[in-house]
Amino acid sequence: MGLALLIFVLKSIALKTGDDRYDHAARFWIKIFAITFAVGVVTGIPMEFQFGTNWSRFSKYAGGVIGQTLAMEGVFAFFLESSFLGLLIYGEKRLGRKLHWLVSLVLFAGTWLSGFFIVATDAWMQHPVAYASGRDGVVLSSFWGLILNPWTFWMYLHNMLGTVVTASFVMASAGAFYLLSQKQQEYGRIFVRTGVIAAAIASVLMLFPTGDRQGVMIARYQPATLAAMEGLFETASGAPIAILGQPDMDQHKLDNPLLIPRALSFLTYQQWAAEVKGLDAFPHRDQPDTIPLLYYSYHIMVGLGTLFIAVMLVSLWLLRKGRIYESRPWLWVLMLSLPFPFIANTAGWMTAELGRQPWLVYGLMRTADGPSRQVSSGNTLFTLIGFMGMYALLAILFLFLTRREFDHGPEPWFESSEPRTPRSTNVAL
Amino acid sequence: MATVWYCLVALMIAGYVILDGFDLGAGILHFSIGRTESQRRRVIRSIGPVWDGNEVWLLAAGGTLYFAFPGLYASSFSGFYLPLMMVLWLLIMRGIAIEFRNHLEDNLWRPFFDALFMLASALLAIFYGAALGNVIRGVPLDANGSFFLPLWTDFRTGPDTGILDWYTVLVGLLAFVTLTVHGALWIAIKTEDLLQHRARIIARWAWGAVAILTAAVTLATFRVQPLVLHNLTTYIWGWIFPDLALAGLVAMLVFILRGDDLKAFLSSCAFIAGMLTSAVFGIYPYVLPSNADPRLGLTIASTQTSPYGLSVALVWFIPGMLLVLAYSTFIYRHFAGKVRLEEEGY
Repeated sequence: MGLALLIFVLKSIALKTGDDRYDHAARFWIKIFAITFAVGVVTGIPMEFQFGTNWSRFSKYAGGVIGQTLAMEGVFAFFLESSFLGLLIYGEKRLGRKLHWLVSLVLFAGTWLSGFFIVATDAWMQHPVAYASGRDGVVLSSFWGLILNPWTFWMYLHNMLGTVVTASFVMASAGAFYLLSQKQQEYGRIFVRTGVIAAAIASVLMLFPTGDRQGVMIARYQPATLAAMEGLFETASGAPIAILGQPDMDQHKLDNPLLIPRALSFLTYQQWAAEVKGLDAFPHRDQPDTIPLLYYSYHIMVGLGTLFIAVMLVSLWLLRKGRIYESRPWLWVLMLSLPFPFIANTAGWMTAELGRQPWLVYGLMRTADGPSRQVSSGNTLFTLIGFMGMYALLAILFLFLTRREFDHGPEPWFESSEPRTPRSTNVAL
Repeated sequence: MATVWYCLVALMIAGYVILDGFDLGAGILHFSIGRTESQRRRVIRSIGPVWDGNEVWLLAAGGTLYFAFPGLYASSFSGFYLPLMMVLWLLIMRGIAIEFRNHLEDNLWRPFFDALFMLASALLAIFYGAALGNVIRGVPLDANGSFFLPLWTDFRTGPDTGILDWYTVLVGLLAFVTLTVHGALWIAIKTEDLLQHRARIIARWAWGAVAILTAAVTLATFRVQPLVLHNLTTYIWGWIFPDLALAGLVAMLVFILRGDDLKAFLSSCAFIAGMLTSAVFGIYPYVLPSNADPRLGLTIASTQTSPYGLSVALVWFIPGMLLVLAYSTFIYRHFAGKVRLEEEGY
């Protein structure tokens, strides 16, 4: 989703300036996008099936509400994405510049719509609204109530910015890779410049306002989650925020804490002395099940997010000074930063989903009540192991294919005046 | 209102089978029609720009089914757990195979991925047919509306049946040959000379198999699920669906013999649509009949979501799907015409 935005940006620059290099750059990233999309489609189908196969009681209970957003994703977003991706890949010559640019815009809109409906579905599970009780569970009572769920807004923006951070870090990292290995240097500079600017904007917005607003919502509607995320075991006025520390579940305290006094109270309620409820304020059965995992996920997300801002502000400064392309140590930093946005995104989603526990639908349905009753645990273990193997294979194949594209690089391999020869002919002969 | 959605879901499924059907068929055939690398590439290129768009119909149909009949989605997807997992695996393998055979310039692995693509396509066609067979025959539902079937037992259709019995295997074979013809006709439209010639020959022979199996499955269905015959005799207008299938079948042969590939392909679409709508009409008002006690069968009324949800969704569904049809038509027109290898994508 983030890459779709960046491709659109590259296509827009190409259209505006008439600079062919941006078209080549866009074409290169479209290839990466296509590989990622194929992996996304094949792993996305199991996700939809799972609602019925593994979570049938949940589906029966909540299908009346979240079926709407899931079906809308199919009708409005998924068709759009897949149809126009085909056009984007295969249609550049026939469509011409302007139409091809338009196709990249539609693809961008499609992916972001897709994200909206998925986040809206998850937001309803975090903060159920617009429902009434029905025969098998809950049913929808207000369509607009579901779409305009207040939880969706900030979660959606936060999530989409996360995708932009990831894509722009990948782009900057690829640029640094080309500059350091002294090939495709012109494109290396384009990637570093575009990536750094986009990443700097997105990482700042990630923390404020979107991350901050989400924290306030969690404090208000999921207080037990907040306490677990922050590792706050005891209710306190003027509660501190823990920068570091390891939750000790036996003694109910943080080991080796590094605390900023009163900061949590201030961030949550804008008052230094406000009372924040700790885990002791909630019965054990209403606390998240895996507090240490939740605590670490949250801290990894926030810690990395802060580092991203620092890295990108320095990069922006170097870019302004015009020194970034020559500064080898800093290019190494950019190149090696590649995996961290992926880790931060995963940690962020783990925070959201672990934080919702023990609820499947917050306050309405417990996770333990959701799975299919007639599917035995042996069966699910069998398929889980199978999927782990299959996904590991997919990951290897994905890395292999993208690696090949990075080796090729964006430099066109044909003279633009001659008709393009397929890459594979030399092998076929 | 729920009946409207019953029809819409049926249409979505028919849309999926017709569209993904031809690329499944092309997948089944590309090994036997394309003997050299460039021939195979031409066959693959004929579905290259559209196959994942076609697969989206499955997601959209699934999403629509889930939203309109959550009770059915919950019951059938968990009941058919293992077969659905196999379908997922096949879909994944098929996606991997087509992506890799396009990206990999390697004489060792390309044939491997080609074979994987063929195998996954063929098995998917059979599985879809068997799934339809299960829905028509009915499953051993309990009072909660759930069930769990073993993969196979003694291959009889009685109360202790499994997912595979003689009837569902028969329907699976019919689906296989139907999609083979469907794919062959698509290839014939999209290619020239030798490839077109081979595709036409395959279509001609496979048509015979379709005709024989259609007759066999129809007779078997009347025996296995008496409700179908009952519906057809109660509501005379319902004959329109089997008539559509029959007309499609006959027209297909006529156009195949005349060498009019496009019309033959459209007839094949009509045949598939006719067969599927006949099945759906045949089990109405059930969405999943019981094979033991008819009272336990899941019906439209017992699995539908709230009337409010159904009517509000109609407001976005109709314009949404019209939009989809509009730009899909545009894209198919854009890629219309014979496949030329010079216009390779990247």
